[in-house]
Amino acid sequence: MRTVLRNRVALAFGVLFVAIVLACLLAPVYAKDIAHTGPNDNHITETVSVGGKQVDVVSPTGVPIGPTWKGRFLLGADSNGRDVAVRLLYGGRNSLEVAAIATSITLVLAIAFGVLAGYTRGLTDGVLSRLFDLVWAYPAVLLGVALGVALAVGGIDLGLFTLRSGSLLLPALVIGVVVFPYVAKPLRAQALSLREREFVDAARVQGLGPVRIMWSEILPNLASTIVVFAPLIVANAILLEAALSYLGAGVQAPSSSWGTMIADGTRLMPGAIHLVLVPGVMLVLTVLAVNVFADAVRDALDPKASLRGRL
Amino acid sequence: MEASSAPIPSLTDGPRAPRVSSAMTRQLWLVRFLARRVASLVAVLFAITVLTFLIFQAIPGGDPALRMAGRLATPQQVHDVRVQWGFDKPIYVQYLKTMEKVLDGSVISYSQQTNVEQEIVSDLPPTISLALGAGVIWLVVGVLFGLLSATHAGGWLDRALTVVSLTGISMPVFFLGAIMLYWLGYQWHLLPLEGYVSLTSDPWGWFTHMLMPWVALSVVSIGVYSRLLRANLLDVMSEDYVRTARAKGLSERRVLIRHVLRNSLMGIVTLWGLDFAWVIGGGAILVESVFNLGGVGQYAAQSIGRLDIPPVMVVTMLVAAAVVVLSTLVDIAYALLDPRVRLS
Repeated sequence: MRTVLRNRVALAFGVLFVAIVLACLLAPVYAKDIAHTGPNDNHITETVSVGGKQVDVVSPTGVPIGPTWKGRFLLGADSNGRDVAVRLLYGGRNSLEVAAIATSITLVLAIAFGVLAGYTRGLTDGVLSRLFDLVWAYPAVLLGVALGVALAVGGIDLGLFTLRSGSLLLPALVIGVVVFPYVAKPLRAQALSLREREFVDAARVQGLGPVRIMWSEILPNLASTIVVFAPLIVANAILLEAALSYLGAGVQAPSSSWGTMIADGTRLMPGAIHLVLVPGVMLVLTVLAVNVFADAVRDALDPKASLRGRL
Repeated sequence: MEASSAPIPSLTDGPRAPRVSSAMTRQLWLVRFLARRVASLVAVLFAITVLTFLIFQAIPGGDPALRMAGRLATPQQVHDVRVQWGFDKPIYVQYLKTMEKVLDGSVISYSQQTNVEQEIVSDLPPTISLALGAGVIWLVVGVLFGLLSATHAGGWLDRALTVVSLTGISMPVFFLGAIMLYWLGYQWHLLPLEGYVSLTSDPWGWFTHMLMPWVALSVVSIGVYSRLLRANLLDVMSEDYVRTARAKGLSERRVLIRHVLRNSLMGIVTLWGLDFAWVIGGGAILVESVFNLGGVGQYAAQSIGRLDIPPVMVVTMLVAAAVVVLSTLVDIAYALLDPRVRLS
């Protein structure tokens, strides 16, 4: 960690990421005290004063106002006369929430199945490894879209828990499931080599059961790999969420995310480029910040590891 | 070096090639290798159809017939779909009925009333143009960037290229596509806005129409490949045989090209072959609609937007199958070309 902190660029991007997360968490405060409007409030017929003149929020031809750089409509309005800055923060909250939950799901599944396959070997490993390989055959976006579309229509009902269509947990679950084999595979390989080491033999001789050995002997030795992977998973989860939402297979209306905002903006092209630029730049900055930070963590801990991170 | 911990296959790893003593045994080995690869290909293709079927037809929650029929279906239509796809029958019958429909090309998009597979075939030319062009660009530029980065490691060029690569990796293709379209197309009128022009009718028009989609699709992979090659080249440069080559007085350029690059390039090209269908399958869906190319990806994207299940299912199945077939071909080609096998 100290090595990471000594890397000034990585530190700056780390701070940027924290700032973006905080800003998104404070979305309700910004909406109430600065913009004085909510994320879904229409102001389509109203006017706003820019440079002493009253200007329509949405022009008669349907083109929304660009950035005013003031409290109201700081970053302009969208075609429904909604405040883009407010929507940006609320959308970011959804994007980051989905990414955070997806990352947790990925980590839990990858650690559980990766360690299980690597430690038990034999039939369990054979079945799980074939399953990971099978998922690798699908491009991540495509598999995400397939699951997203299949779930978006009817939700999922697993007896114990039910997710309705429209829930933010659906895209998070989809992303978590799509990404986890990419992490499980390297963890399996490491568990496979760890189980041959003397300290595992020692634990076995002491009479510890397999679950106990996996938990207290194997898992702690995977910690540095997991720390290297975690930020890369976050970056990929944010990108995948944006792609799914852009296509309509992720976050569903009326909820918004950066992906759905870019999709809305693209539809108005070339009318109001700020509708594409604002969420897009925010998205790139966030992912870039995580990627730079991830790079520094990797250099500090394990110069050889890398994630097949492609979308 | 813990090559096994990295999900990216080590660049110098090919398929396992046992040392063989004579030409006869090598032929025997090749035949057995081919038979094994083809058998596993068939098994994986079968698994892909099963998994795709399960995703769309067996996820608990909601009536599969209702999903297939689309949002605006009448009860009569839903009933017909249920009978046609066998949703009232046991699950293996459902699977067989689905595969029968997919294989004889009779899958219908109920919300559009069109034949899905005919639509896909007629949408292929733009997608193939997009794939080949983007693939070439990302391989060439990725290798160039990686080479420059590695030879100037630590210098300003390396840093600049690292920033470019990292930004590329962090850039969603549809956002990059949209801002290119806005400035290069709408604002500066440098390139045509959208649509697809066929190569045979107007080669120059084809090229200019494809240029932005090509760049948008290849940027992410350029970032990934240049960073991969950079790391790999730096590894190779510290090998003993490179020091030997330098010590015997070869010029730096010759060492770089004959000893270092040649070693990494084969791996990169193999990886490119394996990645090709993977990247295109994911990226075309996102890029094609931005530029209105009217290819398979745009067809899939529009179907997703309408939550129109049959086209999405068929495209998913076909793309995953294409990925597996292509990677098997690459594997076989690699085994045939591998000098370790040829020389012994």
